[in-house]
Amino acid sequence: MAQYLQTDVLIVGAGGAGMYAAIAAAETGANVLLLDKSIVGRSGATIMAQMTVAAAVGEEEPDDWRFHLRDTIAAGRDLVDEPLARILCQTAPERIWEMEEWGVGWARSGNHLTQAHAPGHDRKRCVYVDFLNTGPATSRTLRNQVRKYDNIRRVSDLIVTDLVTQDDRVAGAVALHLESGQALSIAAKATVIATGGLTGMYNRNSASANMGGDGFALGLRAGAELIDMEFVQFFPIGHLAPRLIGMDPIMWDPFRYKLGGRLLNGNLEEFTQNYGTPEDGKYVVTRDTATYAIFKEVEAGRGSPHGGAWLSFEHIAEADLRAAFGPVIDRLAKNGIDLTKMAIEVAPIAHYHMGGLRTDDSLACNVPGLFATGEAVGGANGANRLSGNAITEAFVFGELAGRSAAAFSGQAMPDIREAAKPLLAMIEATANRPGDGMTPTAAIAKLQGIMQRNVGPFRTRAGLQRALEDLSELAVALPHMPTGSAPTFNQQLADWFGLRNMVLVAKTIATAALARTESRGAHQREDYPGLDEDWANNQIIRLEGDEIELSRGEVRRLAKEEFVHE
Amino acid sequence: MSDRLSTNLKIRRGRPDDPEQYEVFPFEYEAGQSVLDALRWIRSNRDASLAVRYSCINANACKECVMRIDGRTGYACTTPLRPGEMLIEPLPNKRLIRDLVTDTLPPDERLSEV
Ligand SMILES: Cc1cc2nc3c(=O)[nH]c(=O)nc-3n(C[C@H](O)[C@H](O)[C@H](O)COP(=O)(O)OP(=O)(O)OC[C@H]3O[C@@H](n4cnc5c(N)ncnc54)[C@H](O)[C@@H]3O)c2cc1C
Ligand code: FES
Repeated sequence: MAQYLQTDVLIVGAGGAGMYAAIAAAETGANVLLLDKSIVGRSGATIMAQMTVAAAVGEEEPDDWRFHLRDTIAAGRDLVDEPLARILCQTAPERIWEMEEWGVGWARSGNHLTQAHAPGHDRKRCVYVDFLNTGPATSRTLRNQVRKYDNIRRVSDLIVTDLVTQDDRVAGAVALHLESGQALSIAAKATVIATGGLTGMYNRNSASANMGGDGFALGLRAGAELIDMEFVQFFPIGHLAPRLIGMDPIMWDPFRYKLGGRLLNGNLEEFTQNYGTPEDGKYVVTRDTATYAIFKEVEAGRGSPHGGAWLSFEHIAEADLRAAFGPVIDRLAKNGIDLTKMAIEVAPIAHYHMGGLRTDDSLACNVPGLFATGEAVGGANGANRLSGNAITEAFVFGELAGRSAAAFSGQAMPDIREAAKPLLAMIEATANRPGDGMTPTAAIAKLQGIMQRNVGPFRTRAGLQRALEDLSELAVALPHMPTGSAPTFNQQLADWFGLRNMVLVAKTIATAALARTESRGAHQREDYPGLDEDWANNQIIRLEGDEIELSRGEVRRLAKEEFVHE
Repeated sequence: MSDRLSTNLKIRRGRPDDPEQYEVFPFEYEAGQSVLDALRWIRSNRDASLAVRYSCINANACKECVMRIDGRTGYACTTPLRPGEMLIEPLPNKRLIRDLVTDTLPPDERLSEV
């Protein structure tokens, strides 16, 4: 008999958002089960973040959440869900101070927090923890808080494979325990999806191994709606070569801010001037222009050897490099990289996903009993996210989702024994399948190639159609793939469940991208350049049987006087 | 493009009750690649059943990929490959689960504790 657990609030995914939700729910007295497919508090994007967190705390200069909101809405190119963005910006300072009370140690200068001026913000707004330590410090702080509550149970190595629905609501989940290979079910009065983003579906990414978009597939299959799935943010100068280990691939951004650096094509010529913005040794080229220019140079056969561009700091004196990045220069040396003597190669990499589960202002999904939080929530950043807003989103939406889920859990405990049966049987039938052909592990690499090639930063009708065909082929192969024989820590089986979700979620991205015949923010169509006023709508996705259904929805807006601050 | 180098990874396989068993995987690489790069490549291209715990891949933030490399404890994601042969084993002082995976979870995060 499969193990059967019960909880008031089930939280799927234990990154920044999941941990914050657990704390907020536990504060109300609810019993919380906090799960992660790998290790609680270590396995997602949160712990990897090195840069900043945006919040109008006004420590460095006077600020107001309405200014932050105005910048967020402007960056999102008319698609921002304004009520959600208001919650994000208005509540951010409260979370920053709460984290400070919990001992996170935001960087300070004298008697105030230091705040950086990140691009797209109208002033110095972004707090951080030195040195490049924001993610590890915030994760540690939240882990320590979570441990203080007897009513939070943490379980690592537990992969949620499906949500359980009954009586038209979500009533828990089934999961695969990686160590034992056992399938089990969890009855829950309220369930929170905190599984983070999906950039692991691209072969050039900044993702951890657990960012394949599980939560979107879990939601879809349970009847939840997704919004803005076509908006995947690419970071233009991700590290490409030579292989650099022990460092985050987005690390060149601070270098560019402080030192400029030159972006060169494969012929060692500057090229961004041909795309509208000369470099002039400064960092003035916006993310979308840089991404486009690199992409075009590679396409024209003028890429760097690994298919990107060169980034050179060779003209900068060693003393200046040291002054700006002391210890980091030594870490580079360990990797055999001497910036005074060589350029490195960079390329656009998938970094964040704006879309996600569609929620109301309490972060409830359209199916009762289901909530979403963190990067898994769609809408608050529209078509493009401001730097620093994602960790803010994890904290603010984490706290809110935890509270909302706890408030919903005041009813009787559902009994899901019957409803879980077919889902448990499906896990058992999938395990131990000899199968034939490609392993799911190899197929994930294939899917990443499909997404990178045809559903990346620049899209065309033909490419997207091609991607949808390739994805359908993977979907057909899925039921026959070998899933490994031994039940213990069977990552091949875990990969199969990951791939199953990726194929579905990849299709939603390609389908939405194909329908959106314009270019806006992070969605750029080569065959439809330029923004089309008629497309100032969200696209909403739901599953009808096995079919993806797409519709348009009005962007939720605030009355101007609600956020204009004179 | 930098030159290709080659190495052989001699990897300890199996579960606690299996007889001691090593398997050798040749791997071609570019200077600077990590042991984890090789292990991930093996999983995708040679043997998907190889069990190895890791999450962050590049950032050395998650600390999940700790194992024995050439007889010393280290992170697979920050240990550079070197030519010749490298010995890759699970941590000796932790309960073995499978292949390179040992029980490194905080005790109160195990399913059996719930
Ligand atoms: C390298 C990097 C640097 C970044 N830097 C910044 C920055 O400086 N500033 C900023 O604002 N943002 C930054 N971001 C973005 C930001 O870190 C993320 O958007 C944010 O941390 C997401 O938090 P989360 O809790 O929603 O998801 P995550 O932290 O990704 O956590 C999700 C968790 O869910 C688990 N999970 C997934 N699927 C399942 C399943 N099926 N069952 C059980 N568990 C599951 C995962 O293992 C993971 O632990 C960065 C992102 C990356 C990748
Ligand atoms: S994979 Fe995260 S520290 Fe090695």
